[in-house]
Amino acid sequence: MTQEPYVRTEMLSEQPAPSGQTGIVKWMRVNLFSSISNSIISLLTILVVIFALYEFLPWMLQPSWGAESLRECLNDPNITGACWGVINDRFNQLMFGFYPHESQWRPLLAFVLMLVAVAPVLFDKLPRKMVWFSALYPFLGVWLLWGGTIWGPLMVIAGFVIGVVVHKVLSNIVGSLAAIILSVLVTILWWLYGVGSIAGALSGIAPIGIAEVSSSDFGGLMLSITIGVSGIALSLPIGIVLALGRQSDMFVIKLLSVGFIEFIRGVPLITLLFTASVLLNFFLPPGTNFDLVLRVIIMVTIFASAYMAEVIRGGLAALPTGQYEAADALGLDYWQSMQLIIMPQALKISIPGIVGTFIGLFKDTTLVSIIGLLDPVGLIVSIQGTSDWNGIVWELYTFIALMFWVFTFSMSRYSMYLENKLKTSH
Amino acid sequence: MKKSVLLGTLAAVGVLAGAASAGTLDDVKANGVLKCGVSTGLAGFASPDANGRWEGFDVAVCRAVAAAVLGDGDAVQFVPLSTKVRFTALNSGEIDMLSRVTTWTFSRDVDLGLTFAGVNYYDGQGFMVRKDLGVGSATELDGATVCITTGTTTELNLADYFRANGMSYEPVPIETNAEAQLQYLSGACDVFTTDASALAATRATFASPDEHMVLPEIISKEPLGPVVREGDEPWSDIVRWTLNALITAEEKGVTQANVAELAASAGGDPEINRLLGTEGDLGAMLGLEADWAANAIAAVGNYGEVFEVNVGESTAIGLSRGLNALWTQGGLIYTPPFR
Repeated sequence: MTQEPYVRTEMLSEQPAPSGQTGIVKWMRVNLFSSISNSIISLLTILVVIFALYEFLPWMLQPSWGAESLRECLNDPNITGACWGVINDRFNQLMFGFYPHESQWRPLLAFVLMLVAVAPVLFDKLPRKMVWFSALYPFLGVWLLWGGTIWGPLMVIAGFVIGVVVHKVLSNIVGSLAAIILSVLVTILWWLYGVGSIAGALSGIAPIGIAEVSSSDFGGLMLSITIGVSGIALSLPIGIVLALGRQSDMFVIKLLSVGFIEFIRGVPLITLLFTASVLLNFFLPPGTNFDLVLRVIIMVTIFASAYMAEVIRGGLAALPTGQYEAADALGLDYWQSMQLIIMPQALKISIPGIVGTFIGLFKDTTLVSIIGLLDPVGLIVSIQGTSDWNGIVWELYTFIALMFWVFTFSMSRYSMYLENKLKTSH
Repeated sequence: MKKSVLLGTLAAVGVLAGAASAGTLDDVKANGVLKCGVSTGLAGFASPDANGRWEGFDVAVCRAVAAAVLGDGDAVQFVPLSTKVRFTALNSGEIDMLSRVTTWTFSRDVDLGLTFAGVNYYDGQGFMVRKDLGVGSATELDGATVCITTGTTTELNLADYFRANGMSYEPVPIETNAEAQLQYLSGACDVFTTDASALAATRATFASPDEHMVLPEIISKEPLGPVVREGDEPWSDIVRWTLNALITAEEKGVTQANVAELAASAGGDPEINRLLGTEGDLGAMLGLEADWAANAIAAVGNYGEVFEVNVGESTAIGLSRGLNALWTQGGLIYTPPFR
């Protein structure tokens, strides 16, 4: 008798995975409790987090939003922790400093437009035409923040137009190099001597403008963002130029770049800020009113550029020599090879370093409190100086930390998004 | 526009660098605004309120000078300055005067090229302790841990005092006053020492001020006053006599409320008449309008009113006049005559 071997005649339907291999349980097993040491570390961390929340949350969740002074919080038996009334009371000041109330839509608008202006730079899916707005934004932003007649920024932009026209006209007559030099010269002369008087005359004819706001009224988060964004936007191009200069074959260019980078990197930022705030006044003629915020922006930019240059040089150094040689072999000239072959790769490698420098720069803006500018940290001292809020500490620092975290965390997230998008090593 | 300002400035440097500056008085009049250096924030002395308007004892001096020179107590641009940059800011011409709880010392007056235009507050270094420590006098503080802010005269005074009394102490160095409050409250130190006015202001912010006491000993002299650059006598005269005008006003009973009435026409007291410009030409001697002092008093009140509104017993800080009472009431506040 032959025995039929057992043969399954139909396929088994798919079964759900065992409960230990799916969902949260699996995730925990893989990530938190994969080994004994991992389990111990996980348990300890969870305990620390719970403990921190246990201590922190009751302090944070207090019905103190409406308090009008620290004394009121202390006397109220319902309030045993944070006195958030200070944030409510001084929110406007922490955001805008002493910027006039009726004009506070201007920094807000400038901020929103800034987001619009950087969008096409950050995300390549947006229409390319938006870049024109980005190019105009610096003038628009400065005008919105400081105010004054519309003709000033317009005349400065006109300088660029004049430069281009002069270059177009002259390049046929005197040759390319001379045309570049002359057009730059004409543009600078226009800015130096033309802009002021012509803008003045035009605003006399057609007084279009908004109220001027002096830099001394700038403060709070708005000041940090103004300094931080200007520093970030200016330091990247300057840093790229310096990094290229440092790698240049031309001795003088190389010497200047190396000298600049090493000197600036060798000096603490706070020293540069002190130079900006006090020392420059000794060199400038008496009575000159050289805007303090502008001075600080220049110093911060210089400082960040030196670091940026080194970060980008790291990217350049990481490229194999073959890339440079391939660019040469294709017959590209220096600028073409940099623009098409070298920089795209070098910048991609440098993204984490660049964003790290940006975040550092943004946080460094709080150092301006030491030279008496009232950024959020500087305002803490001022707010503590009022009799209503004398003695308040943690609430302000917590709030400011949160504000800064929102910005730095979004920058860091964006850099991760960019790294993923540009990843070619699949 | 900003760029053109910068370039223009740099170009102008070469042209103007040699030109001598006019007197501070002319500069202030030309600008129409007084640039006055103040603290970035010190309870009772200088701080911006929620609307950004600066208030305080030191701020009132700035407003008084602005009112005397420009006729408007609000024609002041307040420049908040840290301890570190205050003198450089003054010497470099960034500000016209400094009114920032600055102690008048020999070396600052002689060596740093500053002129102190008087004293608006006589302070001194004191000690604060917990009451349950059972200490009644600073001489019982042997072996105590002391919270001190570094880099100030406080630190040196403390060392001097303990050495002179043959006692030892453990210093806890601290950067800012706010940090010192926290350290003291958390028990990191037995004693907190700083200027007595700041101690009082600090104590007022505690959850239970009654558990703490300020010891009776004052171990140093800290005369605080407005400062101007050395070598501009007409300007230092104006600041000095504006302060003196506020003090004289208190002596003579001229207040913010009655100054307009008294200044309207010459009254019975010749010194009030000279002060308020209804007699003589003291204002012209300073290069100011005849009603300069009247404007200053109208803007901020007399010395006693300024004290009472900002740091006096009715405020949270609650300082008594003490040394800062008029000389007629046992204090040190005294002014040369208006004659």
